Amino acid sequence: MAKVLMKGNEAIGEAAIRAGCKNYFAYPITPQSEVAEYLARRMKDVGGVFLQGESEVAVSYMLFGAAACGERVFTTSSSPGISLMSEGISYMAGAQLPVVLVNIVRGGPGLGGILPSQGDYFQATKGGGHGDYRLLVMAPASVQEAVEMVMAAFPLAEKYRNPVMIIGDGLIGQMMEPVEFPDDLVSEPTNKDDWATNGMDSRNAGTPNIVKSLHLDSKILNDLNLTLKAKYDRMKKEEIRYEAYNTDGDYRVLIVSYGTMSRVCRTAVDNLKESGFEVGMIRPKTLFPFPLEAIRKAAQKDSCKAVISIELSMGQMVEDVERAVQGKKPVEWYGMCGGDIPTPEEVMDVVRKLG
Amino acid sequence: MPKTFRKPEALSDAQTHYCPGCTHGVIHRLIAETVDELGIRGRTVGIAPVGCAVLAYNYFTFDFQEAAHGRAPAMATGMKRVRPDLIVFTYQGDGDLASIGMGEIIHAANRGEKFTTIFVNNAVYGMTGGQMAPTTMPNQKTTTSPFGRNVEEVGMPVKMAELLAALQTPAYITRQTVIRPKYITRAKKAIKQAFTYQMERKCFSFVEVVSTCPTNWGMTPVEAVGWTEDTLLPYYQIGDVKVPE
Amino acid sequence: MQKDVIFAGFGGQGILLMGSILAHAAMDLGFEVAWVPSYGAEMRGGTANCTVVIGDRPIGSPIIKNPQHLVAMTRPSLEKFGPLVKPGGVILINSSLIPVSSGRDDVDEIKVPANDIAMKVGSVKAANIVALSAFVARSRFLDYDMVIACMKNQFGSKDKLIQMNLEAMEAGKKAAQ
Repeated sequence: MAKVLMKGNEAIGEAAIRAGCKNYFAYPITPQSEVAEYLARRMKDVGGVFLQGESEVAVSYMLFGAAACGERVFTTSSSPGISLMSEGISYMAGAQLPVVLVNIVRGGPGLGGILPSQGDYFQATKGGGHGDYRLLVMAPASVQEAVEMVMAAFPLAEKYRNPVMIIGDGLIGQMMEPVEFPDDLVSEPTNKDDWATNGMDSRNAGTPNIVKSLHLDSKILNDLNLTLKAKYDRMKKEEIRYEAYNTDGDYRVLIVSYGTMSRVCRTAVDNLKESGFEVGMIRPKTLFPFPLEAIRKAAQKDSCKAVISIELSMGQMVEDVERAVQGKKPVEWYGMCGGDIPTPEEVMDVVRKLG
Repeated sequence: MPKTFRKPEALSDAQTHYCPGCTHGVIHRLIAETVDELGIRGRTVGIAPVGCAVLAYNYFTFDFQEAAHGRAPAMATGMKRVRPDLIVFTYQGDGDLASIGMGEIIHAANRGEKFTTIFVNNAVYGMTGGQMAPTTMPNQKTTTSPFGRNVEEVGMPVKMAELLAALQTPAYITRQTVIRPKYITRAKKAIKQAFTYQMERKCFSFVEVVSTCPTNWGMTPVEAVGWTEDTLLPYYQIGDVKVPE
Repeated sequence: MQKDVIFAGFGGQGILLMGSILAHAAMDLGFEVAWVPSYGAEMRGGTANCTVVIGDRPIGSPIIKNPQHLVAMTRPSLEKFGPLVKPGGVILINSSLIPVSSGRDDVDEIKVPANDIAMKVGSVKAANIVALSAFVARSRFLDYDMVIACMKNQFGSKDKLIQMNLEAMEAGKKAAQ
């Protein structure tokens, strides 16, 4: 298919439709409202469901209800909205429902700002809601990658019967870049009759399915949590995605950066290379599961003097980077939080001092 | 000997956990009879949120979802939007529907979502142990209104049926009770009517059922029936509040 | 190779569209491209700007603090971005609305009365097209004819508009000489 120039937010909406998801529930919030505006029209074309809920809280349960019927469903929101949905996300994880959520992250805490931020790393990867659960979290660095991740998210959510979150930011959402849509994904969840409350007649069954997260018996609840843990462990084996950039040869510093911030770092790595200063970069594409092993190995290279996590937060991913490096090399952090994005020059200055 | 009375097919054999004198069991049965009579067991999905009826999924023989406190109408919305052919009902208590879930029920009703809500109003939080609800009566003592509900501080009890009936969107809104056989017959008719409207995709349907909670009211079951008649029913008057054209 | 330009002015001047036309043309020519708008709480009447970055390899940071070129449609936008332009770049000033210069002697400054020219061809709304045309002609940011072809695409469904915009393009090109 030919390339089209599209805003990230609109491309995300289109990608979901092409992935076979015709059900969208959402509540408006900057900087991602264009997804809803796009789908309000587009869902009519494709005979899908578009509904603007009365709040993010309600939306999260509309997703729950729709997913519990075995239908593909997704939403998009931004940080404060995701906080409101976190109750529902915990219930989805507990009830093992495949739901796709997109968080176009804005600055916080509180109302914060609407400019690019990566301040929701902890919320996304460590569980924003209550209880022992994880989301599979992907972070695109371009509009094209956002499209690919949205399309991949649905089969992944169904494979694991677990919510999948894609986190971008205002830049990914508002920017226009050329996009090529992969072929339509027509796969259907195959196992839904085993668990979905899609009506007994729909699956020719004589016994009801129950979707729930309540388990008052301590052993049953522990068993459920073991089941969830096994899923998360499997994700760690099968779903880790990252890009290694300029790591084949020797380098003096290793950058770990993702999403929008990694684009700036890539320019910095290129510029430093031209000046004879080699820097490697690991760009996690999945934030959970996190590419611990890749970072560990890259940090162990003899030439590497230090590792730095560069992120649009006051140091969240750096804790996972420390976990990866295990004290074998110094781990530093650099970032900004107000919405400004460090320039390549600023990154270069910081990195030069480490090597 | 031929059986003249049996459990509806839509009710399971499980023994319920409800207290003596509680009316949940009666309301469950009326729903189950309705599902049987309409022949919709294979496409019915119930939703019961946090509250005394949170374990309702054990008592019916059709698909069921358990919900977070107050959110059942949003879940039912999601379900009916993606599967309009399913018959969906929410089964909610007063703390759930009239307090934490007030937003969800009003907006679902106002959108005219084509599902049915059974609203069990017993003027108190049951499962959490008898705390004050939005529907608790003036001067009624609960664990969080130990001196009686002070309407100067917390306002008057909410009449949900009338509140929802004020919305302009067409709906079937009715209030019933099940404390005596004569009322049960009427309540059954109303519940069946509500499901029928849903099957015809006509409108949102809402059946408030004024119920008892002898345990948390600190009464015997017989006293609870009397208190319902003397105190609740004059305020929560039974009958249809709104009927679609 | 990487090139970038900031278009800046008030909301309602068609600032984002100028960038979008240029970005589409760049994509059609096979370049990597990123179009980044400013966005904010002010939906109308506030400042608006967008950056277009093109290159022959994937674009790293699309956030440009020091642009190579600037198209300033209002005085506040000239005052905000004028000092940031890299030496040697083009600063296009919409002299219909901006009575001053950039004060820079290390850039190629060009004054185009875009609003006045646009009114002559039919509508002040075409001022953005006049300025875009003048900018492309002066900076050779992209092949001029390709940009015209792209503009035709974008206005394809409105015949009356396209004639006016073609005239605006022609007038802008002349003004840049």
